[in-house]
Amino acid sequence: MASQLPRRIIKETQRLLADPVPGISANPDESNARYFHVMIAGPDDSPFAGGVFKLELFLPEEYPMAAPKVRFMTKIYHPNIDKLGRICLDILKDKWSPALQIRTVLLSIQALLSAPNPEDPLATDVAEQWKTNEAEAIKTAKQWTQSYARKFIL
Amino acid sequence: MYYDDDSVYENDDDFEKEEVQDQLLLPDDLESEMADLILDVRSVLQVSEGMARILLHKFKWNKNSLLDKFYESPDTEAFLVEAQVIPKTTQPSSTGEDDCDICCSFGELTGLACNHRACEDCWKHYLTEKIMEGGSSEIECMSPDCKLLIEDEKIKFYIRDKTILDKLQRLVINSFVETNPVLKWCPGQNCQKAVKVADPEPRLISCPCGTQFCFSCCQNWHAPADCALLKKWLKKCMDDSETCNWINANTKECPKCFVPIEKNGGCNHMRCTNKSCKFEFCWMCMGCWRSHGTAGYQCNRFNEGQDANRSKHRAYLNRYLFYYNRYITHQQSLALEEKLKETVAAKMAEMELKGMAWIEVQFLKKSIDALAKCRRTLMYTYVFAFYLKKSNHSEMFENNQRDLEMATEQLSGFLERDLENEDLVTLKQKVQDLTKYVDRRQEALLEHCADGNEQDLWEFTENGV
Repeated sequence: MASQLPRRIIKETQRLLADPVPGISANPDESNARYFHVMIAGPDDSPFAGGVFKLELFLPEEYPMAAPKVRFMTKIYHPNIDKLGRICLDILKDKWSPALQIRTVLLSIQALLSAPNPEDPLATDVAEQWKTNEAEAIKTAKQWTQSYARKFIL
Repeated sequence: MYYDDDSVYENDDDFEKEEVQDQLLLPDDLESEMADLILDVRSVLQVSEGMARILLHKFKWNKNSLLDKFYESPDTEAFLVEAQVIPKTTQPSSTGEDDCDICCSFGELTGLACNHRACEDCWKHYLTEKIMEGGSSEIECMSPDCKLLIEDEKIKFYIRDKTILDKLQRLVINSFVETNPVLKWCPGQNCQKAVKVADPEPRLISCPCGTQFCFSCCQNWHAPADCALLKKWLKKCMDDSETCNWINANTKECPKCFVPIEKNGGCNHMRCTNKSCKFEFCWMCMGCWRSHGTAGYQCNRFNEGQDANRSKHRAYLNRYLFYYNRYITHQQSLALEEKLKETVAAKMAEMELKGMAWIEVQFLKKSIDALAKCRRTLMYTYVFAFYLKKSNHSEMFENNQRDLEMATEQLSGFLERDLENEDLVTLKQKVQDLTKYVDRRQEALLEHCADGNEQDLWEFTENGV
């Protein structure tokens, strides 16, 4: 069943481990080298600061011709992330290019935490709140970060 | 003998003249149509075939607007960059073997004009993925910030698999039709034809496959309602359909003896089959049929006063249901009258056996076509009427609607019930008279609506309140 892992995936994995992105860790699963356990620290300038968010990332068979599948496992109050953790990000959909990498995808997700985009919402209720009462939305996001995203911090 | 060709067409009405200008195109015709345009552009601009196709696509296949913009543009290179046919920035050129950025294996790398390079296998996979996922015939370079579109020649250089190239060709033809304002696919099931018109405007298109559609919105032909009204109406029906389906359950009770009745023909003139009842009534207003044949005909009018005492919301719902019921009933009649086609065809065959010539029995075919046409018009008169504000003109419209509805029910009733009861000569006379009459009523109604459009007589409400 396990076909030979493409060279590209081996190379990317090696580089992620040897030269990690600040604030992000990505480790391949022991039993499946296409499945990554990802942790992203909430950026300092965002309501997610102080939290650490767990994500899963999977490289489908067609990778790199098709985008990786990424999902938040930690609950997060963000207009572009729904309650199942699915992420609305153009490079994960129609703007995917095979020249992009796991590294660039994770950086884009980190940037999305710093700059929520309520104009292109996935979680419509959250986006509505973000547009009508940003202060209140940021407060909720901070509360959620405190409640759900601190358990990985020792 | 001198034969004046023009005189033949002199008596044709405008409608038929417009018909002549429409062209029906099969995929092969579309291909050559496209090839001609590409050739024209190439002879002027001196670009590759693939580049010419991309440029024409950008300009919705309007050759003149492309050439105008090209010559107006002060900076030709910037124009071509904007159109994504030449790269904005070019990588330092390199050739030969290297590590492929995409698959990380070492080998011979090739690329586009932008010099973004990859190995042949990666290009092949990338293009296959893009073509087979079927989004668009315009495919960008693999590099994420490079907007350069890949020319068809280049695609064919990497891809040689026939199924993939066939799929690409379908995408190309489809984008040719869909971006081109004078072309539309026939929405008929399994119909592969596209229609080409001289002027893109909302108008009836009759495809030989039997589909009749509006050139502008591709829905059923919907006169007298316009595309915007129809869109609003269909959305409303979609939103409210559950309630209405429930309210419009398939059976109704006889208004007199309360026996449940299922409608099995198109005609809305009902006769209760309960032997002790035999009450004749109208399926739509459930009133006694007798008033329908007279000046007291009120079936098509929504009686506003009736609901004065109820809450506004209730009145609004009732008003909507009133129009929806009539709309949907005519639609159902249209479907049920399909069955009549067989009866009529049998009757025509029988008449031919009795010695009438083929040409002499065509009046029956004409009558059944006229019936379908009028049913369709009636359907959409209720969409038109639902949004129409009350005025003297709307009264006139309702009078026309009433006349057309009565005439249509007469014709439908005759074709459904009386075909066997008449001798052939009277039958022919009667059917022809009824057909001529519905045709005239339909024309009168549509003309009145069109005149109203020209003179801005119609006022519509936003949501039928």
